[in-house]
Amino acid sequence: MSEPRPRVGLFVTCLVDLFRPTVGFAAVKLLEAAGCTVEVPADQTCCGQPAYNSGDNRDARAIAEGVITAFQDHDYVVAPSGSCAGMLKHHYPALFADDPAWEERARAFAAKVHELVSFLTDVRGLTEVESSFAGAVTYHDSCSGLRELGVRQQPRALLRSIDGVKLEEMDNRDACCGFGGTFCVKYPDISSAIVGRKSAAIKATGADTLLAGDLGCLLNMAGKLSREGATIDVRHVAEVLADMHDAAPAIGKPESGSR
Amino acid sequence: MDVRTPHFKDNARGAMADASLQEALTHIRRGFIDKRARAVDALPEFEALRDSSKAIKDHTLAHLDLYLEAFIERAEAAGSVVHIAETAADARDTIIGICREAGAKRITKGKSMISEEIDLNTHLAEAGFVPVETDLGEYIVQLRNETPSHIIAPAVHVTRDRIEQDFREKHRGLDPDRDLSDPKELLAEARTMLRGEYLAADVGLTGANFLIAETGSSVIVTNEGNGDLTQTLAPVHIVLASLDKLVPTLEDASQILRLLGRSATGQDMTVYTTFSTGPRRADDPDGPAACHVVILDNGRSSMLGTDYQDMLRCIRCGACMNHCPVYHEIGGHAYGWVYPGPMGAVLTPALVGVDQGGHLPNASTLCGRCEEVCPMKIPLPGMMRSWRRDEFERHLSPATVRWGLGVWAFFARRPRLYQAATRLAMRILGNLGARRGHLRRLPLAGGWTAERDLPAPAGATFQEQWAERERRR
Repeated sequence: MSEPRPRVGLFVTCLVDLFRPTVGFAAVKLLEAAGCTVEVPADQTCCGQPAYNSGDNRDARAIAEGVITAFQDHDYVVAPSGSCAGMLKHHYPALFADDPAWEERARAFAAKVHELVSFLTDVRGLTEVESSFAGAVTYHDSCSGLRELGVRQQPRALLRSIDGVKLEEMDNRDACCGFGGTFCVKYPDISSAIVGRKSAAIKATGADTLLAGDLGCLLNMAGKLSREGATIDVRHVAEVLADMHDAAPAIGKPESGSR
Repeated sequence: MDVRTPHFKDNARGAMADASLQEALTHIRRGFIDKRARAVDALPEFEALRDSSKAIKDHTLAHLDLYLEAFIERAEAAGSVVHIAETAADARDTIIGICREAGAKRITKGKSMISEEIDLNTHLAEAGFVPVETDLGEYIVQLRNETPSHIIAPAVHVTRDRIEQDFREKHRGLDPDRDLSDPKELLAEARTMLRGEYLAADVGLTGANFLIAETGSSVIVTNEGNGDLTQTLAPVHIVLASLDKLVPTLEDASQILRLLGRSATGQDMTVYTTFSTGPRRADDPDGPAACHVVILDNGRSSMLGTDYQDMLRCIRCGACMNHCPVYHEIGGHAYGWVYPGPMGAVLTPALVGVDQGGHLPNASTLCGRCEEVCPMKIPLPGMMRSWRRDEFERHLSPATVRWGLGVWAFFARRPRLYQAATRLAMRILGNLGARRGHLRRLPLAGGWTAERDLPAPAGATFQEQWAERERRR
């Protein structure tokens, strides 16, 4: 008896698309292994948060209409980011509050949206992964995933299923890393001070790898750790879960050999 | 009080460079958080209390006119005189009028953020009165000629060493050989100074945590008992409170009180919780001969029915700022007006205008920790976003932001064009950063790269690689 393979549209997210394609491929691998057919609609750019969080609801709405249309035929929409999935799931319907037809479409769309790791565990029932990764890791809870989508235990459960992984929790682990999307551009020195506090907590764990589920936070923390000369590897959690940690150097690090 | 919020960026930079402030802020970064967590964990019905308390305030705000009328009626029946002040100036004039009529000179004051909001001390002093703050934190702040930097811990920005220094400078008659290294000694010293003030005061002014409509009572919570001495020992008691302090019943107040102490300081209850109703009655052992209640609007009623109404549920516990990553770095003064932290980021634009207060709702990562801990479930990040929308719609956001956003949105709305452009841009950026894996400097991203590296993109975008893979299939 074979259950029909659900058709999953991968919402790549702009940062994964531009900065770290490996995360996208890791997501595809994990989703396919979890019995899904994965498609990547070409008509996607960004979830629209830069506009939405800057008060530009008109552009945010135009972008949202494009995303909703691009994914209308999929059973699920999955994003390797709590922040973008939170935008799609919770904020799209709010954007169309004055337009009943679109609001209904946005709600139906939102119901299909999931963050990658919680989709694997909560929807697809995944309890373990096969990965050759070995080492002490610490996991950063990205704010939107944690607070808007309840992503907390899921990545930890899958990480613990990997024999070689030792999870070292950091102090003050539910505190923001200071990225904040447009915040880090508008208030860079406050952002930098916040991530400095975060990097100290990361270093104090003694872990040699930092993982998280959101590339924005990861770029921020990797950038700070790199400037501070820390040797900690920074990766998206999907890379480790998909056993693709050899596919690309850690975030902010060169291909081995060059430096 | 001058609004220094337009200078937020400079204020914040100064705060982050202030070593003494940074030392003082270490208490905020952990102490309050751990204490609250323990208190909340120990109360199984905490979540249920949040829901029911939110419902109480929502109901009150929906019928504010009725509860205000009821409060006035009951308070006056108990012998209080109730004054409604539409603006800060109205409230100051009313209070100064009461003090003049009482022939007052010295005025003791319990802690009141509304007093800060209307800049009462400055105006009292200008009118020839001597205001004396009796809350220890407020007393320190007054001694230093500053304003509070936190709504429940006014002097949290001052280290113990600085306080000792201030006392030695300002307290004439303090024995220079006295050992003040124990904080308890500092408290004892302040207490000694204040004892005489309570007895000498002609008017005692307090704030209120609640105004109770069914009884006409005001409620204050303190840990020092200073509020009680302020309001019972002076011949005239003035309660200064804003409109949003109203709750229907004693039962309602006691329910919300169960959230207040836990959310603020992690205490089940504050040390003192005092209900006062009118002046001294014939058979009362003590109390003031006259009691006035000044209820301030100052823009709050115009928040009703708007996207910002939920802010009027705020009970001023300070949990939002105690958990705010931005507040942790810059402290309260950088916000530039009376109310700091997330609650200030929403309330300040409402009270002084988004043209003046616009920085505050922008200077947030929208991490949501404030909403998570807010006992009254105020959607603070959502309201910060609403302010950003209002600002954008009124063309108040900086031109560079609007321009940058416009260019970005032009591409983001056109996937094919976007992909062509980003493919090129990422190739260039990828090449620039290939050797190190990151960029140490990048034009137009100087804010980021000043103290952080920028991890370099891989070079080929995901969409580009995916299309290639699909072609090969």
